[in-house]
Amino acid sequence: MNILWLLLISVSIVFAIFTGNLEAFTKALFEGAKSAVEISLYLLGIVSVWLGITRILEDSGLIYRIAHLFRPIISRLFRNIPGDHPSITAITLNVLANLFGLGNAATPLGIKAMQELDGLNEDPGTITPEMMMFIVLNTASLQLIPFSVIGILASYGHRNPAAVVLPVLIATAISAMTALLLLAGFRKIFR
Amino acid sequence: MMQTVEYISLLIIPLFILLAVLYGAFKKVRVYDSFVAGAKEGPGVILKIFPYLITIFVAIKGFQASGAFDVLRDGFYRVFAFLDIPIEAVSMAIVKPLSGSASTALFTDIVKTAGPDSMATQMSAVIMGSAETTFYVLAVYLGAVGIKKTRYLVPVCLLADAVGIVVAVSVARWFF
Repeated sequence: MNILWLLLISVSIVFAIFTGNLEAFTKALFEGAKSAVEISLYLLGIVSVWLGITRILEDSGLIYRIAHLFRPIISRLFRNIPGDHPSITAITLNVLANLFGLGNAATPLGIKAMQELDGLNEDPGTITPEMMMFIVLNTASLQLIPFSVIGILASYGHRNPAAVVLPVLIATAISAMTALLLLAGFRKIFR
Repeated sequence: MMQTVEYISLLIIPLFILLAVLYGAFKKVRVYDSFVAGAKEGPGVILKIFPYLITIFVAIKGFQASGAFDVLRDGFYRVFAFLDIPIEAVSMAIVKPLSGSASTALFTDIVKTAGPDSMATQMSAVIMGSAETTFYVLAVYLGAVGIKKTRYLVPVCLLADAVGIVVAVSVARWFF
């Protein structure tokens, strides 16, 4: 991330100078700051709600029962999660929310999953293979039906907006598979 | 099939909350107090994420406004000219990993200007649906637990994005 950020910032400034976009660049910096604040406020709401709900799951013990139920599936991808650990529930709920396009639930539950996975981290501050697996799953855009895309297509008079469902599903499946293979490959090289 | 999924999407959260609350009550949990205790952790989590979010957003917005983005797009367009990908789809491919709101705006714009049934729109739709806002996901999830050493995660995500775009373009061409 360090190199990436350094590149983004310095390349942008050099370009802004040479293309005369300095004013727009500076304005955009503060617009970026503004949207970070707006998104944080939005996240504050939905994350708090989901932390409230998951706390009920924890206090009632349901979180362990759900973990027990989904352990056989989840442990295929996440090898080093012990017993009926709460992270299994958080991961399961995040994946389900992603599949059904529930963005408002997916991000908070993903944050919860990261916290639970970090609880198993022996070296805080350094990422674990389980966290990497989880993040790669989340950047793969697992979604059964892309409702927002269909909505936009429909509102501008596409003749059959639903026709996009199958290609998106196939593209997502292939790229998710590739992402998992890439992760496994890198893991072998950099262990 | 689509209506079924849409209905499940509407049903799943309310039903899940009902289950959580009823099971809690059955186990004699004071659900109101539990919810409050959980929600109390919200601000702390956001405070952790916020600095990461603002750092990445400032860089991405600046990158888009500086003109570097256009040069990158034109570069990609020329290098991959032999694949005959519409320039709109090239923009989409670069914007989607960077920003969710910008990609939605761009997609709407493409549908408007290129026409809803054009190749540019179809291809962008597949990219829009099958790619994720990688940088946002990284900032939020890594920020939430304060991960500093990400090892090989970022290269894997970027490579996977690149492969994903190629896949999306090929699938779109094959279908439409």
